[in-house]
Amino acid sequence: MAPALLGHHVLAFLSAASPGQAAAAPAHSTEGGNNWMIEYLSDSHTLEIQPFGAINLPQFPPVRFLGMTIDLSLTKDLVFLWLAAFIVTLALILIARRNQRNLVPRGWQNVIEVVIVFVRDEIIMPTVGREGVKFLPFLLTVFFFILTCNLLGLVPNFSTPTGNINVTAGLALIAFIVIQGAGIAKYGLAGYFRGLVPPGVPVFVIPVMAVVEFIGLFTKPFALTVRLFANMTAGHIVIFSLVGLIFLFKTVAVAPVSIAFALFIYFMEIMIGVIQAYIFTILTSLFIGLAVHQEH
Amino acid sequence: MLPQGLAYLAAGFGAALAVVGAAFGIGKLATATMEASGRQPEIAGDVRTSMIISAALIEGVTLFAEVICIILAIK
Repeated sequence: MAPALLGHHVLAFLSAASPGQAAAAPAHSTEGGNNWMIEYLSDSHTLEIQPFGAINLPQFPPVRFLGMTIDLSLTKDLVFLWLAAFIVTLALILIARRNQRNLVPRGWQNVIEVVIVFVRDEIIMPTVGREGVKFLPFLLTVFFFILTCNLLGLVPNFSTPTGNINVTAGLALIAFIVIQGAGIAKYGLAGYFRGLVPPGVPVFVIPVMAVVEFIGLFTKPFALTVRLFANMTAGHIVIFSLVGLIFLFKTVAVAPVSIAFALFIYFMEIMIGVIQAYIFTILTSLFIGLAVHQEH
Repeated sequence: MLPQGLAYLAAGFGAALAVVGAAFGIGKLATATMEASGRQPEIAGDVRTSMIISAALIEGVTLFAEVICIILAIK
């Protein structure tokens, strides 16, 4: 829902100014037919394979659970989420298998090994310390999964699973559970929540500190959610706007400039995809470190 | 001016101001990082890690402001 509204308001001027393109938009448009930008950015029940047509994904009746109505139908983002999970699982298991047979790494093993050592020595060690090595599998999974999701969005016809706020919220929820679980496992439930307020503060500050720290626990995953979602969506909106300029000015003369800039942003998207995966991992690690080392 | 127009104006100005603040903050951060790693190249790696964490936190606060602006614009 959020990407659709975001796309609608940022780019209303584009869709209004490009009736020619609107005619080419798919027939299942909901808001008058000229919202091709929103079609692209938001989740939908159709899988577009542009020159060849579209696949309608199967839909199931909504499930009722605890008074909520949950639609569990397949959507575009879900398909690519599964694809990302499949790619990560298959590739990493195959590479790990091969690693057991020959101890000297070759080919892709080197690449993965560099990332693993980087996550261990440069992300976990400075933020959590030696006891954080037990979080290495979790953080590596998060890193590779987000990286694959981010880069999938750059393949034509594919959607970005991490450009959907529900996906990033889910990832942040998992991170939240791991962060709090790490703190509670070390200090115990009561000890963990008592430790939120640093010792030695004046008595009248304690209620304020407790409230602020408690809210702080929930703003961290929220920041993770919005950061990843905004970064992945913003890049796509910029590329779309640059290409949309051609239709806005209704001339081909703008095309070389537009395409050049769009290509530049595209390459920047590759960089941003890697950086955002890194930032999500290092921030999760940092928050685990904050939960585990309450003396700071 | 209609109240709705004012709300859109507020959302736009809010988004812009948030970005100005973030740009200033990250700019100062980058300046300090460059100076530090220029002076002591051997700690450049550590300084870069701290810079990325701080930049991400600044960005987080900015994104809160942007979310508020988006909510204002779509209400």
